[in-house]
Amino acid sequence: MSALAVAAAALQVVGVLAGAPLVVGGMRQVRARLEGRAGGGIGQPWRDLRKQLRKQQITPRGTTVVFALAPAVVAGSTLLIAAIVPLIALGSPLDSVADLFGVVGLLFLGTVALTLAGIDTGTAFGGMGSSREITIAALVEPTILLAVFALSVPGESANLAAIVSATANNPEQLVSPGSLLAFVALAIVIIAETGRLPVDNPSTHLELTMIHEAMVLEYAGPKLALVEWASGMRLTVLLALVANLFMPWGIAGADPSLLAVLVGLVAITVKVVVLAGLLAAGEVFIAKLRLFRVPELLAGSFLLALLAVTASYFLGTPTS
Amino acid sequence: MTTTIDASPAVPALGEGPRAARRSIDGPVLSGGLTAILGAIGLALGLSVIFGEPRQLRIGWLLPLVGVRLDLDPLGGVFIATTGAVAIAVGIYAVGYANREHWARFPLITLPLFVAGMLLVPAAGSVTTFLLAWELMAATSLILVLSEHRRDAVRTAGVFYAIMTQLGFVAILVALVVLSASGSGDAFTTIAANADSLTPGTRNAVFLLTVLGFGSKAGLLPLHAWLPKAHPEAPSPVSALMSAAMVNVGIYGIIRIDLQLLGPGPHWWGLTLMIFGAVSAVFGVLQASVSTDLKQLLAYSTTENMGLITLALGAASLLTSSSAPTVAAIALTAALLHLLSHAAFKTLGFLAAGSVLAATGLRDLDKLGGLARRMPVTTVMFGIAALGASGLPLGAGFVSEWLLLQSLIHAPHDSITLVALAMPLSVGAVALTTGLGIAAMVKAFGVGFLARPRSAAAEAAREAPKSMLAGMTLAAAACVVFAVAPAFFSPTLQRVLAVLPTVGGDSAGPKIDTILRLPGVAGSISPGLLAVALIIAILLALALARWGRRHRPPLAVTPLWACGADSLSPRMQYTATSFAEPLQRVFDDILRPDTNVEVTHFAESQYLVERVTYRTLMADPVEQRFYLPVVRAVTTWAQLVRRAHTGSVHLYLAYGAAGLLIVLLVAR
Repeated sequence: MSALAVAAAALQVVGVLAGAPLVVGGMRQVRARLEGRAGGGIGQPWRDLRKQLRKQQITPRGTTVVFALAPAVVAGSTLLIAAIVPLIALGSPLDSVADLFGVVGLLFLGTVALTLAGIDTGTAFGGMGSSREITIAALVEPTILLAVFALSVPGESANLAAIVSATANNPEQLVSPGSLLAFVALAIVIIAETGRLPVDNPSTHLELTMIHEAMVLEYAGPKLALVEWASGMRLTVLLALVANLFMPWGIAGADPSLLAVLVGLVAITVKVVVLAGLLAAGEVFIAKLRLFRVPELLAGSFLLALLAVTASYFLGTPTS
Repeated sequence: MTTTIDASPAVPALGEGPRAARRSIDGPVLSGGLTAILGAIGLALGLSVIFGEPRQLRIGWLLPLVGVRLDLDPLGGVFIATTGAVAIAVGIYAVGYANREHWARFPLITLPLFVAGMLLVPAAGSVTTFLLAWELMAATSLILVLSEHRRDAVRTAGVFYAIMTQLGFVAILVALVVLSASGSGDAFTTIAANADSLTPGTRNAVFLLTVLGFGSKAGLLPLHAWLPKAHPEAPSPVSALMSAAMVNVGIYGIIRIDLQLLGPGPHWWGLTLMIFGAVSAVFGVLQASVSTDLKQLLAYSTTENMGLITLALGAASLLTSSSAPTVAAIALTAALLHLLSHAAFKTLGFLAAGSVLAATGLRDLDKLGGLARRMPVTTVMFGIAALGASGLPLGAGFVSEWLLLQSLIHAPHDSITLVALAMPLSVGAVALTTGLGIAAMVKAFGVGFLARPRSAAAEAAREAPKSMLAGMTLAAAACVVFAVAPAFFSPTLQRVLAVLPTVGGDSAGPKIDTILRLPGVAGSISPGLLAVALIIAILLALALARWGRRHRPPLAVTPLWACGADSLSPRMQYTATSFAEPLQRVFDDILRPDTNVEVTHFAESQYLVERVTYRTLMADPVEQRFYLPVVRAVTTWAQLVRRAHTGSVHLYLAYGAAGLLIVLLVAR
């Protein structure tokens, strides 16, 4: 592990930290333009963060340390994921510390923290949001793990660097049925996990439909800033991860040169911008699903993931 | 049952004081102390066997004809050590608990006997000794379940438990007698030596019978029905012993008889175990996720975890029979490690639930809440247990579930179609189990301990006494070790794998170090470093949130937002029932809840609602469909037979005479 590999991992964290509000802003801007509005500009989420971080800290009466720490746990687990996954370079010093299963576990650790915070407030909204969020998370988890399984078959490992380099070395695997099905399944669950349309509407504040926003309703000021920042980072990291799992081009090797790191940075930025733009444009054309229709969507993605695994098992050729 | 009757004259010998006033103080200390000492002896003995030479003990005079035969080897040792460790924590806890709950003399005496029975089963070296120890364990646990026999629910649970545990015993008895008869010996070593000469028919019959018998002890579907009744109704220290140690004995039986003595079996053995395991895991966790009773939720979670362990054992067996010993060793390690970590977090879970029960008298999550401020230590303890049970990173169950998933995804995919089909489906089952397990544990912890109290009893809760906290702290420490330093258990697992030559023992198991690397396949994880990295990352996030604090006004505590109304009442909170409602709706077809909504309208206008009554009953669907018909059939038969019982002694004498004549005729 060279110093540059460590630097690349640090750059990933900083990039996600700095880039996440821009990704969110960009997606809002795309949506606004497509709907014929002027929009607040790409930098608006950053301005919101700065404003909220200067506001008064507020502790709602009766809440415990769970409520106070949950935003930091969500943000922290997301930052850790950003350090582990290969976004810019393959040789993250933390690669052998957690594989894709570990990353999924960290993701759910964040979800659970926020869910508990929602319950901790003791309001009807908090409980409602938490109940819905955990229902969706419980149904998302099987799909994610199965998709991980499907992806781990070609590289014969669930470690991220192994998966990504296996795809980079054999690009023809991407058009295999297993890989395509896994991509669709993962895309659906990532939409569900990050609370985007059609599962949850990030801009709604209507009681009956909201999930994520209901859970974080009691947060204000700096804590709300951290929650929003973290949810933006989750979206960014997951988009970048999907991009590299299925389109690993441009990523720097395990022992990169300075140029390779820069190329990797540019490549991942382009990929995330394209994916986020597509996602935002797609959202304009769909409405939110009824809550009890969401399990059907997730069951569909579960079936796709199962097919992906079976296909890669029966059709896949072992690389070794 | 004889054991317990023999035990009752031993009251003074156990040191019960003659005066009632003294007994109420000394009894719990003696009983709990004895339990903890027995546990310590078990732990020491187990560890000495795992790392030392196997030991044998023969007591010829204790049993006529065959004598008692104890053979300790590393496999038995790991189960003895686990039971011992659980008993230490439970024993210390029981001192305070029995004192607070005013336990009667009978359960106080039975508690150490129960632990002794559980310690003897894995030590048994012959069929007779095994069955005797098994029955000691079953009978004492039944007495303990019935401690609070004045409540109806306890008596129902007791009857259920008595019948099912004895039916399970019959299955095991028949299987072991068949095995002993055709293996021409009473000792397990003799049977193992003659195992090759057994006919396939005998092997299969023994396999099926033992899986049924041991499976019912481990709470596997469809023979689990006693578990979610008996475990919650037993006093909490007993629940902990049953859920963390006694169910393990069922797993021990499967490993010892089916995998070690008879194994490796044909493909369908492994497959059968996998199906039993996967169905139990998914069903258990589904019931846990909609359960509103704290202890019942934990009991269903036991079914879930035993299911996962059985699934891992089945995978190990199937992979061995498809010649993939390296991956089979990973599956077996997963099973053993999960067994150990489950023992830790389930002990802690039940002990914490016991503290809540002792403090509030409530098990109903719909009435709990707000305990985090009133019982902070217990809350932290239950949090650790729930994190372990949910299988998330930093939890005790994470590493073993990770190993299980790795063994499933690394199955050779150029082997038989059966493996290629079974493994993805198993991953799906495990994945669904972890997902729903998270939901169940978030509900138990969030609704039970956070937010505001939903009843006056929860409002008045006070922290548990010191000995209870001490018992919980021990279990919590074990959970933390499993979560961040599973390498600590690596030597133990290596030694146990080495004595299981039929299941992948030829190849080395996973090397559990600071970084856990899998042998032969690519895969690694480091729970300890992950925990450190996560803590650093959380601190970094907290540091980020400090940005701009110079501009902030001082911190304020404000009321919750009440939608503009005056104040929020605790009744406006989500309860466990409402929290699990979406899941219940999604899995409606499997759970079959009996819900009833009655809307009463005002007489003046049907558009105005006066009252809404919501009633829901979650009955175990397996019990409804599978057990009730059997019970009904038995009752019908009993009614028929009853007609012959008129109460006339003359008639009974005639029956006796007729019976004797028939016997004579047949015997002739």
